[in-house]
Amino acid sequence: MFDIVSFLPRAVVQSIPLLCGSTGETITEKSGNLNLGIPGIMYVGAISGVIGSFFYEQSLKASGKDINTFLGIMIPLLCSMVGSLLMGLIYSFLTVSLRANQNVTGLALTTFGVGFGNFFGGSLIKLTGSDVPSIALSKTHGCFVHKLPLAAKTGWFGEIFLNYGFLVYLSIIIALVAAYILKRTRLGLNLRAVGEDPATADAAGINVNKYKYLATCIGSMIAGLGGLFYIMDYASGVWSNDGFGDRGWLAIALVIFTIWRPNVGVLASILFGALYILYLFIPTGSNPAIKEFYKMIPYVITIIVLVAVSMRKKRENQPPASLGNPYFREER
Amino acid sequence: MKNKTKTPVFHIVKRGEISRLENILIHAAALVLALVVCAILTTLLTGQNPLDVYATMFEGNFGTPRKTWIMLHLLAILLGISLALTPAFKMRFWNIGGEGQVLIGCMAAGAVMHNHPQLPNAVLLLLMLVAAIAAGAFWGFLPAFFKSKWNTNETLFTLMMNYVAIQITAYYTIRWEVPKGSGKIGIINQNDMKGWLPSIAGQQYLPTIIIVALMTIALYFYLKYSKQGYEIAVVGESEKTARYVGIKVENVIIRTMSLTGALCGLMGFLLVAGSAHTITTTLVGGRGFTGVMVAWMGKFNPLIMILTSFLLAFMGNGAQEVASRFQLNHSFSDILTGIIIFFLIGCEFFVSYKLEHTKKGKEE
Repeated sequence: MFDIVSFLPRAVVQSIPLLCGSTGETITEKSGNLNLGIPGIMYVGAISGVIGSFFYEQSLKASGKDINTFLGIMIPLLCSMVGSLLMGLIYSFLTVSLRANQNVTGLALTTFGVGFGNFFGGSLIKLTGSDVPSIALSKTHGCFVHKLPLAAKTGWFGEIFLNYGFLVYLSIIIALVAAYILKRTRLGLNLRAVGEDPATADAAGINVNKYKYLATCIGSMIAGLGGLFYIMDYASGVWSNDGFGDRGWLAIALVIFTIWRPNVGVLASILFGALYILYLFIPTGSNPAIKEFYKMIPYVITIIVLVAVSMRKKRENQPPASLGNPYFREER
Repeated sequence: MKNKTKTPVFHIVKRGEISRLENILIHAAALVLALVVCAILTTLLTGQNPLDVYATMFEGNFGTPRKTWIMLHLLAILLGISLALTPAFKMRFWNIGGEGQVLIGCMAAGAVMHNHPQLPNAVLLLLMLVAAIAAGAFWGFLPAFFKSKWNTNETLFTLMMNYVAIQITAYYTIRWEVPKGSGKIGIINQNDMKGWLPSIAGQQYLPTIIIVALMTIALYFYLKYSKQGYEIAVVGESEKTARYVGIKVENVIIRTMSLTGALCGLMGFLLVAGSAHTITTTLVGGRGFTGVMVAWMGKFNPLIMILTSFLLAFMGNGAQEVASRFQLNHSFSDILTGIIIFFLIGCEFFVSYKLEHTKKGKEE
């Protein structure tokens, strides 16, 4: 029989980078910015955290002290946030202030970010002249996966719901809060107005550029968190080049799949996570290559959703109307 | 009552017209700045002085004839992909599925090559070419069809199609792997070189370079002087105008995207038959995305695109040389590519606008 108790937690763990990426991208897209730099930003979020905790662990080694859980979490977290914030600022500066094309800027950001991650991941040891064979931040990993105390005592319930590191719960909370803000607050209403019709928003006294900057930068930081989770929790603090794979693009697919709703994203990302690892649980028979076809499913489903949404033309399911378009007040 | 309004020090003014010289100067300044930033970064990481960095890069490209050929080949592939993407972009169709369109071309060419090695070489090559072009055209046709029928967002559709192509390739890579369990197909037809483009004058890369050169010329005339090229330009400028003058926009979209896909398929054929002789999921190596940036920065002008492709090929190759000398990771070239593109797209602002100092005390 299909082992749901071991399958579900793995799907959840798999889903968190996607959830962070798609929550961040949804917030960004609601302001009318289509940020295709998300994959790069997630790499930078991951590697910045790695660099921070690498130095911290090296300094611990030198002084012979044991890791401080608080610092062990805060140092990589802050580094990761700063790294992805800088990426968000580059994107906003180029597209909002310098009015560059969003798609081109996003792709350049992804090239840069993925290169940045792989370069420092591959060269950090060489550059710092350390004598470790590979980047394995096991102590930091230990800090990130502190489980809830009840997890071990509550059987299958604990295994499915309580057995995760804190970033899992944090990501879900962020997604729910983002959904609430977008739908129920004035801030969210203003943001959506900027994404739908910036000229009208501007006339209503909303500072369009400020909203675009803020949404993009906050979105980047949330996405960067996904990269950090991947490396510190899922990958046990071991960096491997291109290990993060194409999860960043999958996160962008998820935005469409959830029709721009972060709260739907919580469940949808678990579904995508499940699809991502489904091949491990389905017998492949005599043809081991078939698992590569299973990995195609999320993308194919996304295409179907995209087409279906455009065919039905339901107003509330459409992408933000000015998505991808720059806004210049003088050129209305 | 608050009556304080902030006056910014600068305000933005749209330029009327810009002379060609000024335009070139702005781009040159951005490029110099980008190269300076790249040099500073490299110096920080390697401790080499900036001039030596560029000397190393120069050697990486022109040190030996072989290195020069590799650079020219890189240039040709990048230019070819960028050119293939140009017709669709000129129409303002945001196709970022170049990666998938090229890869499915590789896949189709490779499949024919793998399955029919018994055919005579010329027939086999022709069949590979047709298969690659058809596969690429289909990959371009799909999003265009849905765009023209239901206005489906093409950026996201083409993006997803990349991964469908990648997974199909991954599937066959495992199906056909040699030896079993290696996850690689290896060089196809290594012994009889069936389905390989013949070398010209002993140069393996020359056929690819010649075909891309011909493609550049053909596309230049197609976009500039043909009726279809004109229709593309009109649709790109304004769909409403195009409708008004009686252009069937839907047909133009489908036709142009199929053309872009077909040309991407051709590039896939060149990659497989001309140099790689195998299929892997990373064969295109992100050049489908870089091509988007080259096409955009070249303003869809094939001649400028040659320069941009050269710059990126030079920096990419040069960065590889720096990375191997200092035993650094090879992704270094991606960082430099990113920096150069940031500067070049950033400088476009100064071509269209200028900053003017706001005079104080001016009443409006």
